[in-house]
Amino acid sequence: MTTLGIDLRRWETWGTILVVAVMVVLLFAGPHIFDLFTLFKVTLFVAMSILALSMGFIWGYGGILCFGQSAFYGLGAYTYAIAVGNIGESTAPFLLAIVVPAAFAALLGYFMFYGRLSDVYLAVVTLAVTLILYNFMRSTAGEEYAIGAQRLMGFNGISSIQPINWPGDGNALLFPDDIFHLSMGCLILCYIGLKVLNRSHFGRVAVAIRENELRAELLGYDVRLHKLQTFTIGGAMAGLAGCLGVNFNSFVNPDVFALNFAAEIIMWTLIGGLGTLVGPMIGCIGLLMLKFEIGQQQITNTYLIFGGIIMVFVLAVPAGLLPTARQLAERFVPALRGDESGDVPREAAR
Amino acid sequence: MDTAALLIIEVLNGIASLALACAGLAIIFGMMRVINFAHGEFMMLGAYTTVVCTKTLGINIWISMLIISPIVVGIIGIIVERAFIRFFYGRMIDTLIATWGLSLLLIGIVTAIFGNIIEGVSAPMGSFEVGVYNVAQYRMVLIGIVILLFIGIFLVLTRTKLGLIARGTMQNPAQASVLGISTQRVYMVTFAVGAGLTGLAGGLLAPISQVIPTAGAAYVAQTFITVITGGTGAVTGTLVASGVFGTVRQLLSYEFTPVLGGVGLLIVAVVMLRLLPQGITGKIFRRSL
Repeated sequence: MTTLGIDLRRWETWGTILVVAVMVVLLFAGPHIFDLFTLFKVTLFVAMSILALSMGFIWGYGGILCFGQSAFYGLGAYTYAIAVGNIGESTAPFLLAIVVPAAFAALLGYFMFYGRLSDVYLAVVTLAVTLILYNFMRSTAGEEYAIGAQRLMGFNGISSIQPINWPGDGNALLFPDDIFHLSMGCLILCYIGLKVLNRSHFGRVAVAIRENELRAELLGYDVRLHKLQTFTIGGAMAGLAGCLGVNFNSFVNPDVFALNFAAEIIMWTLIGGLGTLVGPMIGCIGLLMLKFEIGQQQITNTYLIFGGIIMVFVLAVPAGLLPTARQLAERFVPALRGDESGDVPREAAR
Repeated sequence: MDTAALLIIEVLNGIASLALACAGLAIIFGMMRVINFAHGEFMMLGAYTTVVCTKTLGINIWISMLIISPIVVGIIGIIVERAFIRFFYGRMIDTLIATWGLSLLLIGIVTAIFGNIIEGVSAPMGSFEVGVYNVAQYRMVLIGIVILLFIGIFLVLTRTKLGLIARGTMQNPAQASVLGISTQRVYMVTFAVGAGLTGLAGGLLAPISQVIPTAGAAYVAQTFITVITGGTGAVTGTLVASGVFGTVRQLLSYEFTPVLGGVGLLIVAVVMLRLLPQGITGKIFRRSL
């Protein structure tokens, strides 16, 4: 078997090809089939999908339940906003929005993984860090809180952030179409990148660690380093998502660090299916669309509907949408059976 | 001198309210290992019960806080446990998500009934003077109640048959059921007691906090971190952790701002978990409960 294990006889390979094909078609057709308002919305969905992918990767494949993936999203968003407010040309801020969250993830990961924190403890520490950022950012309304020329603005949030421009020319701002292309392109790259990574040696070791940390360690792999790397990649991707998310409405406020958002990301992953990459994206887009729908009509409140949906979901479809659909498909279409490698079912992912 | 005395009272008060907020979680999460993310919402329900009883029904505030709130929330706890939580025992992550859904649902229901407005009751009793400062007597009584409460929990768990059965079941459910104990019922009762304690906390804290449907969110992170830092000996650990965190939070709040107090609490927690990954009782008070 080759290193990437591309095998056209396996239907999962065709699944991946299909997903990429759909995304590529959307990339080119998007601005033509959506009106401007929808295009904005879809751009946000795409940015959030990158965030969902990062969570699907570190949790579903790396076995790291990070309750604060939103912290890296928020850091990416704030880094971009602050940097572009100071520099004015967006190439460096764009890169910083990936590097800073990645560096923060590496630092935090060093504390956690080399301290051998796992499971619930890890979840709570990441949540605590997110809430520290939340509380801190909310208290920065005063004028003394500024980085360079950009004030942090506390709970009001930073508004009218300059959007991304063509590299090198600070005046050639991207149009909504271009931002959509950029976001979609990033999503496709992230998806393919993670698919390749998961098929590589690195990805296989990550899954081995998820399955049995002790065994992986006894086989000679440095579990701590490996988890740290996985976590850092996830942080970088979440930062990228944050940077793109800011470009959706040129606005960021401390709510990106709030408990609700942090938990929402976990919900996307669980509802879509842990241990898959498409699942979290589906969960993300589905829940966001639902949120928009509920937000538009005033009959009931979001809390009630969301709470109910989550409760029903955990009871009825505990494995998540995609794995359940796959199980059903395999039950009724015998041709799909007998395919054990590749994505690992969720029971094992715990 | 006056300032020092006031500061000591403030710190004790901070410890007491943190320990109070954690008491129910120490049972539900610390002992039963059920991650109840609706913990804050149980407190919120307790607070609303007290508000409704005193303001609308005109019942004495002490009866509302000390008796009606725990009973109401305890009953809600039983319903939730039977209808929902019991399907998730042993599945920690699913429990987390499920109870998070529950917390949203409870916020939604309370918002639908009472609206998204701030309610509140005034604290009973007057105040006394510490030098030039006025301190509400209620805050002192609260400290006393928390001390009595923890002594009570400790005695029930160690000195009664009920406590013994509960502890045994949490330690080894299979063995307990072989000995003829209905573990399902023990889980139900323990959860209800935890929920009741949480309701009591909500009721007692209602006069000194804002009562809004989303009030619970403020407690979730702090209480979970406190119980986790406490470690395996749920009751002692929670008490010790509350002592440390309450002191840090109050002192920082006094010196700087309440926001920094909350931030400081979380930072100390992260550092402590790095130093004591098994929690305080995993290392220091090992034989404790």
